[in-house]
Formats: sequence, C-alpha cells, structure tokens
Amino acid sequence: MKAYFGRRYMVSASHRLNTEALTAEENRAAYGKCNNAHGHGHNYVVEVLVGGAVDAETGMVVDLVALDKAVGERILDRFDHANLNLDPLFADRVPTTENFCTAIFALLCDALPGGELEHVRVEETENNFFECSARG
Amino acid sequence: MDGVDMILLTRRAVFCASHYYWNEAWPAEKNEQVFGRCANRHGHGHNYTLEVTVAGEPDPVTGFVVDLKWLKDVMEREVLSAYDHKHLNLETPEFKNTIPTTENIAIAIWKRLEPAVNSEGGASGGGATAGRAAAGGAKLSRIRVYETPEIFAEYRGEA
Repeated sequence: MKAYFGRRYMVSASHRLNTEALTAEENRAAYGKCNNAHGHGHNYVVEVLVGGAVDAETGMVVDLVALDKAVGERILDRFDHANLNLDPLFADRVPTTENFCTAIFALLCDALPGGELEHVRVEETENNFFECSARG
Repeated sequence: MDGVDMILLTRRAVFCASHYYWNEAWPAEKNEQVFGRCANRHGHGHNYTLEVTVAGEPDPVTGFVVDLKWLKDVMEREVLSAYDHKHLNLETPEFKNTIPTTENIAIAIWKRLEPAVNSEGGASGGGATAGRAAAGGAKLSRIRVYETPEIFAEYRGEA
C-alpha cells in the first residue's frame, strides 16, 4: 500500500540575489532588497516528502532516523549556517529559492534510505514557498 | 465539466492519542533497535493534526464542494470519537495487529472516512441530507496526519 512520509527541517542560511548577466542597476531593479550587496538570510524550512510502500513489518515508508541521517549529510551539513552564494552549486546560478529547491531535490533523489523522493518544498518565509517534484 | 473547476477542500482537526511501536513477531531487542524510544511499552502520545482533503466541483447553487459543517461532523463521528484521548494500540480495532505508525494512521483514517465521504458527500442532497448542500461527486482525495509539526504522513488512496 503506497503512502507518503514527510519531514520538515530548518536551514538557516544567507544569500544574495545578483547575476552578472545584468548591470548593477538592472540587478537592483530585478531583485530589490534581495540584491543588497552584503546579503541577508532566512530560516528556510525544507520539507521532504518520500513516497513508497508501507513496510509490512515496520509500518513505515522510510525509517525516520535513516532519513534524518541522509538529509543531515547531504543538505543540513552543507547548507545550514552557510552562505549559499559561496557553494559551488551556485557559482553560476543565482541562489533563488527556486534554484535552492531544485538543488536540494537533485542532491537528495539518489540518497534516500528507502522510498522515492516525491517532492521537496522550501519555505523561504511563512508567506512564500517553492516546490519541485520528480514529475517536473 | 472538463476538470478545470475541480477544487480541493481541506478541513483540519486535532486529536490527542497515545501509542507505541511494537512488532509481536520480533524479539524485544529488535523492536527496541528498530523503533527506539517509540518501542516503550507504556506508550507515549502526540497532539496529532489531521487534514482531510476532499476533491469536487462547487455546487452551482451553494458554491460548496461539500458543507464544511457536515465534513466536520463526519470527521468527529468516524475518527475523533474513536481516536481522541485514546490509546491507539489498545482501544482501536484496526491497530490490534497493525503498528500505529503515522503512515498506518493515515491509511486507517482514509478507510474510516471514505465510505461516508464518497457516498454521503457525493450525494446531490435532499431527504435526510438536505441542508448539507454537498455538490455531486465529491471524493476523498488525501489524508495527511501530522504527528508533530515536523513529521507527517499522507495517504491518497489506491493509485
């Protein structure tokens, strides 16, 4: 029987939205406050939803402790209390939350201890969030 | 309708219940190793948040997919009266031989709600159901159960 298991993690990180493809003035126009040269930060909430068959012996789609370990190693150790702009993933990509979301999906999709990655949702603030799934 | 008018409607409720994880087929050591603190046979508890999502088209007269008061009453009757302030392992028949993990709770709640939602909620109204103003064809779409704000499970029926 297929079900989904979801887990929410917090990642506190800084970023600056700026692209060399635009002039300084165009960057300010495009990104507003997010273009502040010194950066700013968020408590991102990363929601990971894993789909799969419920194991008959354990009643679980995926083991919570093993999932935490995988997300810890792949995501939290890498991004929590970091500056996203300095991560190699964002060397030539603006660390918008859209791009952060797809980066997390790509890092996690082959790292799960069980089940399939159904979606990654990244909440930048309480009022905006981004989601991507395997279906694109 | 071509499907573009389909609406997902969700109602939340909270129930407080205790449970523990234990597979009777395993020795105690394996239960403790796999389930950790959740294997404490004295149980522990949560304030579960339940989200019930129903899919349908708004009724042309009332604008409702289903009447929320009716849905609230169904959730109370079918789920909360059985789960709230109860020990799930000891007091609910579906968990006599099934471990009440969050995944299994989501599946069990679906089974409790589906008959009522998909028959009563899908009725066109009238008779004993008059005043509920349910639109035709409303169906249970998704059950989500939060064990804590950071841990949840979801069931969407047989795909």
